[in-house]
Amino acid sequence: MIAKKDYQYGFSYPDKAVFKSEKGLNSRVVEQISHFKSEPDWMRQQRLRALQIFGQKPMPPWGANLSAINFDDIYYYVRPADRQVKSWRDVPKEIRQTYERIGVPAAEQKFLAGVEAQYDSEVIYGSLRKELDKQGIIFLSMDEGLAKYPEIVKQYFGTIIPAADNKFAALNSATWSGGSFVYVPAGVHVELPLQAYFRINAQNFGQFERTLIVAEEGSFVHYVEGCTAPSYTTNSLHAAVVEIIVKPGARVRYTTVQNWSRNVYNLVTKRAYVEEDGVMEWIDGNLGSKVTMKYPSVYLMGKGARGEILSLAYAEEGQHQDAGAKAIHVAPYTSSVITSKSISRGGGRTSYRGLLEINPGAIGARSNIRCDALILDPQSRSDTYPTMKINESQSTVEHEATVSKIGEEQLFYLQSRGLTAAEATGMVVNGFIEPIVKQLPLEYAVELNRLIELEMEGSVG
Amino acid sequence: MTKKQALSIENLVVSIEKKEILKGINLKIKPGEIHAVMGPNGSGKSTLAYAVAGHPSYQVRRGTVRLGNKKISSLAPEKRAQAGIFLAFQNPVAVEGVSVFNFLKTAAAAVGRKIAPRDFLQELEVAAAAVGLSQDFLKRDLNLGFSGGERKRFEVLQALVLKPKIAIFDEIDSGLDVDALRDIAGQIKQLAQGGAGVLIVTHYQRILKYLTPDRVHVMVSGKIAKSGGADLAAKLEEEGYRGYR
Repeated sequence: MIAKKDYQYGFSYPDKAVFKSEKGLNSRVVEQISHFKSEPDWMRQQRLRALQIFGQKPMPPWGANLSAINFDDIYYYVRPADRQVKSWRDVPKEIRQTYERIGVPAAEQKFLAGVEAQYDSEVIYGSLRKELDKQGIIFLSMDEGLAKYPEIVKQYFGTIIPAADNKFAALNSATWSGGSFVYVPAGVHVELPLQAYFRINAQNFGQFERTLIVAEEGSFVHYVEGCTAPSYTTNSLHAAVVEIIVKPGARVRYTTVQNWSRNVYNLVTKRAYVEEDGVMEWIDGNLGSKVTMKYPSVYLMGKGARGEILSLAYAEEGQHQDAGAKAIHVAPYTSSVITSKSISRGGGRTSYRGLLEINPGAIGARSNIRCDALILDPQSRSDTYPTMKINESQSTVEHEATVSKIGEEQLFYLQSRGLTAAEATGMVVNGFIEPIVKQLPLEYAVELNRLIELEMEGSVG
Repeated sequence: MTKKQALSIENLVVSIEKKEILKGINLKIKPGEIHAVMGPNGSGKSTLAYAVAGHPSYQVRRGTVRLGNKKISSLAPEKRAQAGIFLAFQNPVAVEGVSVFNFLKTAAAAVGRKIAPRDFLQELEVAAAAVGLSQDFLKRDLNLGFSGGERKRFEVLQALVLKPKIAIFDEIDSGLDVDALRDIAGQIKQLAQGGAGVLIVTHYQRILKYLTPDRVHVMVSGKIAKSGGADLAAKLEEEGYRGYR
């Protein structure tokens, strides 16, 4: 996994093609990444422009504390194997073992429509079921997508989230590697969820995956992403960008269950453009990481477009989950539903940060926002930062926010029925997140409930 | 819960935040008996209910609570529930996302009831009908958006399902109409006939029109000022608590 010690940098590579860029970010590193991937010149130029923007953009003055990130102390590109493989047996043994621990092959044996797993910055294992090919569905790593379908990628890449959007979008645009490229032709319904497993594994290595999903008219796809990461001693950075285009009458559901290790800075920009009568659904569960800043967004561009965002955050000691959602109503009769649930425990901190914008002319727009925070002990904290810009009087907005502490009375009621304090807490927490969990694919719902139970175990009473 | 046991409260002194509320209570409830503790607001009668159930804010300073021969007054609330104590709350709390059915199933298992799922469901349906609740009720979130009457009926339903040795009802009659009162009183009576000891804590004697207590205790300022038979309740109705202060 690690580059040879005597290897410096440049355009010659060790025989196994196990390459790791120098620490820190500069145009040479960006050039190397692009060269290494044999990218078209426009992508190289785009990366270099993004690097410039990254240098100019300030850190966000709001949100979580990011002062401990040292951009000079991060590897921006690591390539663990020299080629993409389709067969499980071709995957290097050590990597295979890691995957077996996460359970990729087991999952595949079940009913996955396609497996694509990211190990460090390169997708090294991917298998596609024949049905996908038959229906004309493209499900590749972003690198492979760019190589095979440069015209589609060029048409959409960076159009929803340009490099100039924010500092971390710029960083991703300059250094991106891996992620998924999904293209669903008009009228095609992808019956089974497309799943991708992501994993960071090199110390001090930032993962900058880039995902682009294009759903043509009247199509449907459910993309599922689950993340785990092993523990490190120093901080790790994850800055992903996810762009989604929902064409007229299409529906895209994007589910994330994420459990980064406790030292990862998870700074993700996710945005979907939804055209006429299209539907975008974000389901976003954030359990791990040191800091998460993530606000899945829907831009409702066409008449009757709908967006739904379900967001769940869980913060423990030393964690700050700054999560939320954004809905921008541009066209008439658009609707959005935002449901946010957060739990903080043991000194953890959660923040809901939301934006609702209804532009002039978006008559008949409707939005329903509900954010609930559950605080499990006096050391923990939760804040709400809702922003509303309503510039169309003929629109309907409902907003409800609650902050509840798991009360002595609630625990006592359940304990007086024979449950232990830990069981009672677990019951309250699982009930609290139930509206989101019931939207997850079964195996993720089970995993999420199990993760919460593990967190609760031995924590109370 | 087959073995019937008496509840014995001996010289119980309880304080909340260092303020002494109960100042030496003695009370014995035998299996199948119905006792009523009556008293004005602030007399400490609800404190007695919570202290027996083991609320963490209520500190037992002196005295003991026993169930049969077992001392329960220093046990965690769940241990007391598992031993056979049940408290019907005056204001039960809501838990969102937890269905009534799931809650009852979990609670029944927690207090050690061993029953096949199908039999349990059948039993629930019978018990729900007995307290005047519909089958759909089992799917609702625990106490969420329940009317006052539904909450009370549901507390009684829990007592029927959890089969305690001692069932304590804290102000179960407040805010109920006559029909609900009659339903609930009937079920409590049956609970006692089945061998449970029952303690009814109430300000008014309304519910006592529908079930006759074996003993009535007047509580004033943290002490039992007088004990007597069912006729004592009627006397209180006429004369009020004034004579006991």
